[in-house]
Amino acid sequence: MMKNDLEAQLLKNGGTVDLTLVESLGYDEFSRCLLAEVKAGGRVAALFGVPGEGKNESLELFALIARDRSAQIAVYRTEVGASFPSLALSCPQVHLFEREIAEQYGVTPTDHPWLKPVRFHRVWQGETDVWGRPLDTHPRPGDMEFYRVEGEGVHEVAVGPVHAGIIEPGHFRFQCYGEKVMHLEISLGYQHRGIEPMLLAGPHPFTMAQMETTAGDTTIGHGLAYCQVIEALSGCVVPERAQSIRAMALELERLANHVGDIGALAGDIGFLPTASFCGRLRGDYLNLSAALCGSRFGRGLVRPGGVLFDLDVTLTNTVLTRIDEIEGNTLGALNLFFDEPSVLGRLEGAGRVSRSVAEDLGLVGVAAKACGVPRDSRFFHPTGVYRQLFDEMITEETGDAMARAHLRLREIVVSIDLLRRIGTSLPAGPVKVPVGPLKANTLAVSLVEGWRGEVVHVGITDAGGRLRRYKIVDPSFHNWSGLAMALRDEQISDFPLCNKSFGLSYCGFDL
Amino acid sequence: MWRVISERFQQGFRTGKFPLEEPKLPPRFRGLPRFDGECPSGCRACEQLCPFGACAVREGKMVIDLGRCLFCADCPACPQGRITFGNDYRLAVRRRQDLLYSGAAYPLAEPLEPARLKLFGRSLKLRQVSAGGCNACEADCNVLGTLVFDLGRFGIQFVASPRHADGILLTGPVTENMRSAVLDTYEAVPGPKVVIAVGACGVNGGPFIHSSETNQGLDTLLPVDLYIPGCPPQPYTILDGLLRLLGRR
Repeated sequence: MMKNDLEAQLLKNGGTVDLTLVESLGYDEFSRCLLAEVKAGGRVAALFGVPGEGKNESLELFALIARDRSAQIAVYRTEVGASFPSLALSCPQVHLFEREIAEQYGVTPTDHPWLKPVRFHRVWQGETDVWGRPLDTHPRPGDMEFYRVEGEGVHEVAVGPVHAGIIEPGHFRFQCYGEKVMHLEISLGYQHRGIEPMLLAGPHPFTMAQMETTAGDTTIGHGLAYCQVIEALSGCVVPERAQSIRAMALELERLANHVGDIGALAGDIGFLPTASFCGRLRGDYLNLSAALCGSRFGRGLVRPGGVLFDLDVTLTNTVLTRIDEIEGNTLGALNLFFDEPSVLGRLEGAGRVSRSVAEDLGLVGVAAKACGVPRDSRFFHPTGVYRQLFDEMITEETGDAMARAHLRLREIVVSIDLLRRIGTSLPAGPVKVPVGPLKANTLAVSLVEGWRGEVVHVGITDAGGRLRRYKIVDPSFHNWSGLAMALRDEQISDFPLCNKSFGLSYCGFDL
Repeated sequence: MWRVISERFQQGFRTGKFPLEEPKLPPRFRGLPRFDGECPSGCRACEQLCPFGACAVREGKMVIDLGRCLFCADCPACPQGRITFGNDYRLAVRRRQDLLYSGAAYPLAEPLEPARLKLFGRSLKLRQVSAGGCNACEADCNVLGTLVFDLGRFGIQFVASPRHADGILLTGPVTENMRSAVLDTYEAVPGPKVVIAVGACGVNGGPFIHSSETNQGLDTLLPVDLYIPGCPPQPYTILDGLLRLLGRR
């Protein structure tokens, strides 16, 4: 349980805190609090730099710690100079956050064990590139020191950025001894579109479209997380009916992607019946999103203040009837897969991640739950209709590809049940309310359990109520490290299977 | 084995009849825009109000650049509410300027010229490259391989290497970090070749048109043979465009 001496400002999911109330700690005190929070079971939901306003180029760090058991988020704040002591060795889940801060603001986390660029862009402010890259040209992606194993029989395999299928780009560097992978290093950034800097002084008229395309397969997840930040900052109360429709869209997104991912796993294994059935069924779920709002990915449904499209009785019944129809086909296709000994033989034991590694790296969502680590913001930090309706968080124990696949099957069952319960109990009332101006000098946080895991958005406003900093943490930000660990001592030929079992986003990571 | 066969019957036959039958799209689908009424004299509000610069007024008529348009459900461009979106999913064109739409006949894509049509008309192998795509366009290309669309029956296939390909199909605004990989992939495709830009990003930068980290679309770098607009395009929009390019529609 939380110690009493950690007197942080606490907020709820979808809550705000006045910035003047968040005390700026000395860095030593900041790091002591952060480590104590993590030791007491907290998670680093976000850790990011915020440039000082005006004058000199000072940099503040904000840490948001999710205290899952008490449904709270603690905020800590400190100021750093040209460098600060890295916490990555004692708290591995901050390793990527610190690298990100180094790349964005040119400050050095000293003694960081793995200080490499994250997304390969120019530094956002100041004249210092931590890696000494020239400031007048764009950095070259993948240009960094890769970890290398040397010795007789050791070889290196480099894959990407362009891959063989229709997938996003990323670079994978394997150190192999024969078929065995000793180490996998993942270098991303190829999809970097510079989303966070474009949010400065926002929200802008183009912002909503960028939020919906931060990770296009998580249109509802990211769109909703953004809207909750704006609603919190403006003090807007979203009507219950809109909350329910949002939850339906979020579960449809989960269904489409989970069904599609199991289908893709079946394809990688070479079990074609399920691969082919799921390809079709995924489209059926996407088409239900299209029935709601015209877009298969849910573009245009969620907006600050509510949703743009209401469901009348006919449409609600159409959706529920359609769910009944495709539920049988979905479970038929999936049970076929999970009853097949040759499929289980491929999945069981492949790409295992231990519970302690998952906790250390701060994995979230499917990747964490498959290791027996309970992480689900619908359960721990619920908003809207999830407060009443969600009580069935799924976890698996084995942490392998089998666990990640089977977890999806069980979540599909829960999501279909949720959709029915939400669809048959839609509250009456409006679906959208006006959104006022944003509160000045305020921090707001929003957690949404997207289909991959927890999507975190944090907004901080300036004295004029414009966004002074906006931070996005896609679940893939944490989970790519999990994939790298899963490949240790695996056969390199199992990489596609392990990769698919994580099903991570490149653009969500690259922003 | 029997279970697989029995499940196969449970699942039914799902391949659509396209292009013999038109697809049934949901009523809320947003396709080719429609203009209601006339622009008030001198009004140019839409030029400022569309966040992506898709609207312009030329000789008193509103022109929407479908290459920039994201088909937003809450299109903010026209204060008079003249813009609505119809149900026509056919949007692919051959030339960039053909995407400028003002309500007249829409110049749908013509087939390739005879030399390339003879080579690719019955067999087109494409290398897909995502260069900053958000995975929605990618997903809607992937779905064409499922049994509902069954792209293979048209002789079109996505292949794993540019060396095996007749052309590239690109999604995403071409991030600065993917620029050289896109150019390398294009170079690696043996000529003659085709280049297809899918989605608002690939055509003109899409939601990221204002980003300093992207290249505002593929035709800033390579000659494009087919533009397929939308954010993302409906799978049938992509399929329709590919078939038109091959003279199959």
